[in-house]
Amino acid sequence: MNHTIKAQSITLGYGGKVIIPKMDIVIDKPEIISIIGPNGSGKSTLLKALSRLLVPLAGCALLDGKDIYQLQPGQVAKIMAILPQTVHAPGDMTVCDLVAYGRMPYKKIFEKLASDDQECITAAMEATGIQQMLHRRLDSLSGGERQRAWLAMALAQEPRILLLDEPTTYLDIHHQLELMKLVRKLHQDMQITIIMVLHDLNHAARFSHRVIAVKDGLLFADGPVEEVFTVENLRALYGVETTIMTIDQGGSSHLVCFPHDSCLKKEDGCAPAVR
Amino acid sequence: MREIVIDPRGAWRTGISITGLVALVAALFWGIRVGAVPFSTYDIWNVFIAPSANEAYQIIYNIRVPRVLVGALTGINLALAGCILQGVLRNPLADPGIIGVSAGAGLAAMSVMILWPGPMALVPAAAFLGALLAAGIVFLLSWDRGIQPLRLILAGVALAAFFGGGMSALMVFHSDKVQGTVNWMAGGFQGRSWNHVQMILPYSLIGVLGAMLSYRQLNALQLGDEVAKGLGIRVEKARFFLVILAALLAASAVSVAGLLGFVGLIIPHIARMLVGSDFEYLMPCAAVLGATIVVAADTVSRTIFSPVEVPVGIFMAFLGAPFFLYLLRKGMQR
Repeated sequence: MNHTIKAQSITLGYGGKVIIPKMDIVIDKPEIISIIGPNGSGKSTLLKALSRLLVPLAGCALLDGKDIYQLQPGQVAKIMAILPQTVHAPGDMTVCDLVAYGRMPYKKIFEKLASDDQECITAAMEATGIQQMLHRRLDSLSGGERQRAWLAMALAQEPRILLLDEPTTYLDIHHQLELMKLVRKLHQDMQITIIMVLHDLNHAARFSHRVIAVKDGLLFADGPVEEVFTVENLRALYGVETTIMTIDQGGSSHLVCFPHDSCLKKEDGCAPAVR
Repeated sequence: MREIVIDPRGAWRTGISITGLVALVAALFWGIRVGAVPFSTYDIWNVFIAPSANEAYQIIYNIRVPRVLVGALTGINLALAGCILQGVLRNPLADPGIIGVSAGAGLAAMSVMILWPGPMALVPAAAFLGALLAAGIVFLLSWDRGIQPLRLILAGVALAAFFGGGMSALMVFHSDKVQGTVNWMAGGFQGRSWNHVQMILPYSLIGVLGAMLSYRQLNALQLGDEVAKGLGIRVEKARFFLVILAALLAASAVSVAGLLGFVGLIIPHIARMLVGSDFEYLMPCAAVLGATIVVAADTVSRTIFSPVEVPVGIFMAFLGAPFFLYLLRKGMQR
């Protein structure tokens, strides 16, 4: 079943300070959606509101037409899973313990994990390639492995919508790329809607179907990558000049952007040299 | 899939459970046997099989048994309260003192002992009410759409300082009457009777039941509020009830045992080193360990310098703190 998330004239903020004055968004297709924007623009705030982590000051976030705050939290947890930007767990926890927590929404009090839960846990670990690390302690994992373990926990919830808040933070470029490919694979294999906040514009351009750009709490642009990813938009968003190019690799092409210093036209003779 | 079922920690955990329970039974048994009048196993057997109103029955049934039971229940309550608070507040330094329980109980008990001396039987009730009152104040101060862990800790520290000032004032202005209160402040089980068992037992039962019902919430909470919410936990509600549970456990413990610090802070850490931080195993382990250590320490402290009885609180601090530091160093090297 296809799930729909909708933000309806949602106003968001913390302690009376408004971050997002009024915003409308509809997400109704199982796509990979990236939320981009400068620091402090309200990207993470928006993600939190969509995932029931932040009560809106006004308006509401709807899941399948119902206010997510009217739904049972356990019910929401079976449809969507969230991986916050910074997570912490006791170091002695093992990978399989962590992934098993993903089954919590499905368990009643005193109910033990059954064999279908175990299958789910195994599937989640296989999907993220950590099945060999089953009994490893979390404090013995590398950053990339740990991030995949957390992702496996979210997958064990069997979500239809997966929300990731800057999933590549703290990872080196190799592991960033691996993680993004993993996210794409999860989307392709399971048709999960993926909504993520990304700082790396090139990842957003390469891996998403739709990009939502937020600036100063307002929806600046929303659409397919080619539409949002323009020199004008990026300049307005970040105040940075970029050169946007198309790269062909692996049988497909995607946009990349290269940021540079000045806003000078070619005829002024100061455009960055591309050799 | 088979691999998940076979957890390498399983055997270790089973071993710890059996060892812990055996140690607890041994501690209880030893606590009943030794003392000013030592008894044989046969004497103890007789008390329960063929009760007769002789001296052995009087000592065993009315003095030793209630004393070890109060000790065990106090150990259970403080250890569980400590586990819950460390989990809920996500702070390794949290102990029952942090929610104001010790300060409230101390000031209330001291006021009764100094200002309205008379029936000592009132002291536990006063301590219990004082502890709950203090916890309630800390609760209100830390409230902002749910309990805020950091605010709770700061409010607890501030309130403890305030009540501590009250206790100091009482001691200064009534220095002639301080003598009687000192033993209570140090914590101990001298002269504890079946009445005290009755006072604490209901809360121990509530605590054990609450622990069984809430280990999943505690496990989720230690992953952080956002992850816990994402897993469908009602974080504010869970935290609210768990802090109340911890307050009841700690208040009932200090009301019968006095200000027995240390147990609620250190036992959860030792349990964590033994079985890890999964609350499903952590809380039973801490409860058994707390009971065993309090009973054993009480037995040692009343026999080692016999006939003088060292308050068990002092004894535990002197032996337990270095032992804990030793464990900490050992754990760091690993």
